[in-house]
Amino acid sequence: MSKLFSDENKAAFTNPLNVNNPVAVQVLGICSALAVTSQLKPAIVMGLSVTVITAFSNVIISLLRKTIPNRIRIIVQLVVVAALVTIVSQLLKAYVYDVSVQLSVYVGLIITNCILMGRLEAFAMQNGPWPSFLDGIGNGLGYAAILVIVGFVRELFGFGTLFGYNVIPQFLYDAGYTNNGMMVMPAMSLIIVGCVIWAHRAYNKEEK
Amino acid sequence: MKLNTNGNVYTFCYAAVMVIIVAFLLAFVASALKSTQEANVANDTKGQILSALGYDKAAIDVAAVYAEKVQDNVFENGELTPYEGNFNTTYGALIKNGELHVFTGTTAGGEQAYVIPVVGRGLWGGLWGYIAVNEAKDKVLGTYFYHESETAGLGARISEKWFQDQFIGKPIFGEGGEVALTVVKAGAAQKENEVDGVTGATLTSNGVAAMVKDGLTAYEDFLGGAAACPDEEECPACKEMDEKECGGCDKACDKACESNNVEQ
Repeated sequence: MSKLFSDENKAAFTNPLNVNNPVAVQVLGICSALAVTSQLKPAIVMGLSVTVITAFSNVIISLLRKTIPNRIRIIVQLVVVAALVTIVSQLLKAYVYDVSVQLSVYVGLIITNCILMGRLEAFAMQNGPWPSFLDGIGNGLGYAAILVIVGFVRELFGFGTLFGYNVIPQFLYDAGYTNNGMMVMPAMSLIIVGCVIWAHRAYNKEEK
Repeated sequence: MKLNTNGNVYTFCYAAVMVIIVAFLLAFVASALKSTQEANVANDTKGQILSALGYDKAAIDVAAVYAEKVQDNVFENGELTPYEGNFNTTYGALIKNGELHVFTGTTAGGEQAYVIPVVGRGLWGGLWGYIAVNEAKDKVLGTYFYHESETAGLGARISEKWFQDQFIGKPIFGEGGEVALTVVKAGAAQKENEVDGVTGATLTSNGVAAMVKDGLTAYEDFLGGAAACPDEEECPACKEMDEKECGGCDKACDKACESNNVEQ
């Protein structure tokens, strides 16, 4: 048991949550961080789906890593990810149809998410299945955290709601407050991601 | 013995075996799950029709309520005939081929209604929906819209209840008898047949407007030939009546008059 949670393994899990965050530090997965963060709910669903898929594709590639021919490794990784995503989406469609309707747009986006390819190439190709699994979960959650922050800001100021419930009291609207339409636009999420990266780097600099 | 994983032969064999395994796996999964998936899709489509009729599809047993309340019909030669074939889940191609399906049923509020399927295009992919109209075929009783791949949080909001409920009670036809129900810029709806669009999703909103217009126009014969309309002999009288008395059916009336005049 102690071996399962050695310092190295713990680091594989916790690093991507903060000091090596996939979005804030590695600047991966920005595209989907812009596309699905105008409200909190899709941001969370997307974050969780990426976490699950990253973890399992990491494990599969890690198991295969010694057999994969070097020259076609990217293709092999891509095939594994695409096959996994397709099978998962088929299973969802058959057994939890409502969830699959919710996820419809994201499934395609998951295949193209650079975090997956990045982690497969940088981590799973060199490490065993268990650390790879932790690394996948850690990176997925690190990505989800940024998505939730951006989604929170955009939904709060863009729509005046959180999870679809009104949170801005009516008297503020009566006093002349209006929702910021800019927040709804994808451009604004790039600015928010920029601010998050800024805050994150400023904070980590102090720590060092 | 250690394999030479960089050799050409190994690389080719690896790729070939991988592709075959993955292909079989995907084919197996797809065929094994096909019937379950189709049943889900059919059930969901029935749920969407019930949703347009004002039922909360998450809270009811869709199959049972559908069987009890809704009848699938085809509109042909001016009348509705019950549809006997397999339940359809997409209507775009059928409408194009002139097979106009009309669902008759009762709303959650107990009103008689006709449900019309509509199909259109949004920004990224297809849109579809169901529009329930009242017995006089001039007002909307409820709608259901969904999309293939509109942007989450923006265009995808057309599937939310606040957007769909805006249509309730809106008249379908304008003064000239054309389909006037439409979606305008968010916050700009003023006329009685205008509905607010979604902020930040102008193209999807325009797509819904076009879908509603084209969809209802395709069913113009069905909607225009209102049952409450006076028959051909009474038509000149109908023209003199004001619009309210006539039930907004003056367009069908005009048509009837035209054919009357031609005959005379």
